[in-house]
Parts: sequence; C-alpha cells; structure tokens
Amino acid sequence: MSTTTRSAATGVEVRLEHLRRVFAGVVALDELSLTLAPGELVALLGPSGCGKTTALRLVAGLDEVTSGKVLFGGTDVTTLGANKRDVGMVFQAYSLFPHMTAMQNVAFGLRMRHVDEQERRQRSGEMLEIVGLSGFADRFAHQLSGGQQQRVALARALAIQPKVLLLDEPLSALDAKVRGRLRDEIRRVQLEVGITTLFVTHDQEEALAIADRVGVMNKGRLEQLGPPTTIYSRPATPFVAEFVGLTNRMEGEVKGGEVIVRGARLPLVKPDTPEGPAVALVRPEAVSLASDGDASGGPLVGTVIAVAFLGATSRVTVDLGDVIVLAQMPTSQASANPAGSRVRLTLRPDPVLIARDETAAAEA
Amino acid sequence: MTGARRVRLQILRAVIFLFAAAFFLVPIGAMFEFSTRGIGVTAPRTLSAWAAIPSTPELATAITASLELAAITSIMMLALLLPTMVWVRLRLQGLNRIIEFICLMPLTVPAIALVVGIKPLYIWISLNFTDSILALAFGYLILVLPYAYRSLDAGLAAIDLKTLTEAARSLGAGWGTVMLRVVVPNMPSAILNASLLSASLVLGEYTFANLLNYENLQVAIQYVSLVSAGTSIAVAVASLLFAFVLLMILSFAGGRLQVRSPRGRA
Repeated sequence: MSTTTRSAATGVEVRLEHLRRVFAGVVALDELSLTLAPGELVALLGPSGCGKTTALRLVAGLDEVTSGKVLFGGTDVTTLGANKRDVGMVFQAYSLFPHMTAMQNVAFGLRMRHVDEQERRQRSGEMLEIVGLSGFADRFAHQLSGGQQQRVALARALAIQPKVLLLDEPLSALDAKVRGRLRDEIRRVQLEVGITTLFVTHDQEEALAIADRVGVMNKGRLEQLGPPTTIYSRPATPFVAEFVGLTNRMEGEVKGGEVIVRGARLPLVKPDTPEGPAVALVRPEAVSLASDGDASGGPLVGTVIAVAFLGATSRVTVDLGDVIVLAQMPTSQASANPAGSRVRLTLRPDPVLIARDETAAAEA
Repeated sequence: MTGARRVRLQILRAVIFLFAAAFFLVPIGAMFEFSTRGIGVTAPRTLSAWAAIPSTPELATAITASLELAAITSIMMLALLLPTMVWVRLRLQGLNRIIEFICLMPLTVPAIALVVGIKPLYIWISLNFTDSILALAFGYLILVLPYAYRSLDAGLAAIDLKTLTEAARSLGAGWGTVMLRVVVPNMPSAILNASLLSASLVLGEYTFANLLNYENLQVAIQYVSLVSAGTSIAVAVASLLFAFVLLMILSFAGGRLQVRSPRGRA
C-alpha cells in the first residue's frame, strides 16, 4: 500500500459534550456525552427513534445542535458546516452520485480539496484497491451491486483522509451474507487506516461484532457504554439487557445480595439491589437443559414446545406451566430433546439484572 | 399474442398515429400552402412571402426579441426555481405545498387578468428603469412557473436529493458546488424539459406583449398580417415548426440524457 494512504492512519479524539437536540419540543437527543479515543470504533446501538442517527448527524454537521459541543482533537467544531468538518460519511441509503463512475465518486472529495488530477487518480485508485474494487473503477452506480456501492462509498469517505469516519447503518440495505462480509471488511479497513469511527446501527449483532465499545441508546439517552462483552454480560439497565440479546423474565425474590428464582440462587449484577419481589433477567445461554429422567437435571420441569435451529446452536422454548423459558445450547444437545419432550432446567449462577422499574410499576 | 392480432394492433396504432399527425399537420400544411400562393388565382407558387421574412425589419427585430426573451426567461426560471425547490425540499418541507400552490396559480388566472394586475408595475418600470422589451421576461417568468415547476418537481422526486446533497456536503462541497455538480447533472432531462417548455411558451405568447405595448414575435406576426397575410402566415408556420423542433429535442435529447445518467439500483 502506498504512503499516501498510510499517512491517513492518525485518528483524532472525538468528544461529544452534553449534546442535546430538540425537534419542535420533542427531545431527540438528551445530554449525550461521549469520548472516542483516537482510532477507536464506537457503535451506537438502539431502536428506531432512540437518537443515535441524530447524534451522528450532529457530529457530521448535517444538523444543528440545540446545546452542547462537538470537539475533534480538542478543537470545537460545533458551529462548523458539514463541508468544513473533515468527516467521511457512509450513508444507509446508496449515496453514490449516479452520474459519476466509481473512480469519479471516490475522487469527488479530493476535487473539492483542489488536489491535482494525477494525485486524485492515484489516491482514488488506492482507495478502490483497499476496498477490493480496483477492477470496477469505470463502473457507474447502477452497474454495481448494493455491497459494491457501499464499498465504493466507504472508499470515497476515506479518500479525503478525514479526521472522523461516520457510518450511518451502512449495511442495513444489504442481504445477510453480504452484510456479514462487508462488516468484517469495514473493520479491517478501519483498523488499517486507524481512523476514529462512529458507527450507528440498530443491529446488535453488528454492533457487538465490530466495535471496540458499544453505546446503547434509548429515548435520546445513552444507557450504557462499554466493551461488547460487558454490554452483553453485565448490562447496566433492564433496557440494555433486553435490547442486547434475548432474556428470560423470571419472577423471584431479592434477598441477601442475590435473587432466588424458583429455588436457584443467582448473583446480582448490582449487589445493592433492594430486597423484595423482583423480575430477574436471565440469558438463554444461562439455562441448561436435561431430559426429565436424567439425574443431573435441574429442579425445574417443563415441556419443550419448540426448537429453533440457529446453526451451531439451537434455541429451545420450554413451557414451565406458568412461564415460557428460552434456553440456548449446542445443536447436538438440543436435538436430544425434540418438541413435546419433558425436560429439566438448571439456571447457571451468572450475575443477573433485576427489572426493578417494571416490578415497582406492577406493584403500584 | 397471435400474428393476426399483432397485425391488427399495428394497423390500429398506425391509424391513430395518422389521425394525430393529420390533426397537427393538415393546418400547418394549409398554412404553408396559403403562404406560397402567388397573387391572383392563376399565379404560380412562390416563396416570396417566406423570402420577405428577413427583409421585414420589425419581424426580424421581433424574432430576435422573442428568442432573447425565451432564453432569459428560461435562465431566470432555472436560477429562481431550482435552488428554491431544492432548499424547500431539504430544509423547509412544511412550505412545499405553499410553493407548489404559488407556482401552479398562474394556471388558474387568465393571462389577461394577470396583465391587468401587472400593468401598473410595467408602466412604472418603463418610466423609471427601462422600456426594453426584455423587461417582459419578469411577466413571462410568472407564466412559465406552473410548467417549469411540474417538470422540475418530477426531476427532483426521481433522485434521493437529501442523501446526495448530504454526501456531497460531507465530502467538502459548498452549496453552489452541490447544485452544479450533483443536483443539476442528475436531473438533466427535467431541466431540459422545463427550459424548452418555457421557451415554447414564450415564443407563442401574445396577450402579455400586446396589452403591455411590446412587439414580440406574435404581435409582429399580427401587425404583418395587416399588410401581408402571406408573410405573417409564413412566420407563424416557421415559429410553429421551431417550437415543434424544440419539443423533438426535448423528447429525444431528454431520453438520451436520462440513459447517460441512470439511477442506482438496489
């Protein structure tokens, strides 16, 4: 690879300070504070309308903040226009200029920066090579597949050697196979170029797979920010627990720093949870399953009502009579207990979170 | 589809085409025939009426003025309407219906009513600024708004304006560059349509010019007809053919441009 591209490998710190955006009285983004380390990839994850795209657009300068600051490398860019912020952006919708070839698209940003033609061609060629499309330089957007278009868009965003790369659900319009491949490619290119990246998605698998840290957003607020493993295994709030991955809602009682669910004592993510009736959020993979006659089986007896094949693992739905429980396990183990069979469940003592808010609301 | 049915369909198409062609061409043919009559019942055919066009000074001046007006009106229309429509679509979507209503309103107001309303303004313009016929372009701008709006609206609806402009902005393009390098090249057919429709309308306009005492092509044709019916008909045929050629350009060139800048696919 050429020196020109390598010279881009200098990510800057991106700091969002108390960002707030209000649309006609509706708070879309509420006091978002977030710092991205140089070269880090942070994914903002959340349901539609949670404010993640608003945050991205404020960083890009495509929307105006109501209050708060955006700083790139310590410089306040809050009032700078989108064309002066030096960000590269890949959009959810296909955004290649239809009247230009792939090469011309990639060179567009360089042209705006008055880079001479020879260097433009060289750098555009390099970027197309990085995304594996050097043979497609003369193709128009309509001659490229969706995945190829997004790769050209990525090359175009990176060609200007921006301070920050912003990805606004760039994979959501693609089919599952292409999505997985392109997701890995985005990560590879991001690491290769070393650019600070903010990635917005509603797909938890995508966020957990690609990001150094994941920020889970809900109703305009950042609920939790942390490494993917922490977000998954130690969710800070019931919303995070239920939005990221599947959870079983099981009634129990908090007592002595743990929660007792159907006889099983489970540690708490937050040991200071007040005592009393509660709903424990238990991950399906923390539920193990054995045949009814198996002596090693747990104390909970139920009937398998469905087995969903997921590839290497399967998800088994068990009816305990008063509650439905999901269990996830290797397919070989799940296939031993087809629908209709009686099984015994064991809850692994992984730390669980309590859906305290809803319990309190129900009691009220 | 069976062969016999296909043949019947082709015959039907040919008949419809011939009727449509006759509807337009017979009157033009008759006008051409009239313009080539000699003086006297038995006089031979002559092109003297056509030859008189360039040598009739007021006619030549009026043709030039009308062509200038057509060009100025088209340019003014694009300069005013396109950025406005883009801005409204991107930033002021609540105003979209109001802009549409304003642009389409001239369709519902007869030209003569418009002239009555606008005449005091033109008197003031001619007394204080200029009495050039080119001032008519402001009035014509109102007349062409509905046609130009519809054409540009269709062009803008066919592209993902928001994403394209935001992509260009994030790459460092200012608004001028966004318009010239991204928006305009992606709707060439709509811009051509709007321009040629405007030009055709201006070339055929009579009421405004006549009532405001300006001599454009149509007014000049009417004057010339008082002294030389043949020449006036010759000019009318020529202007009709010119408008016809413009519309041909519109449909063929527009189609080609559309092919050269196709939309992306999923």
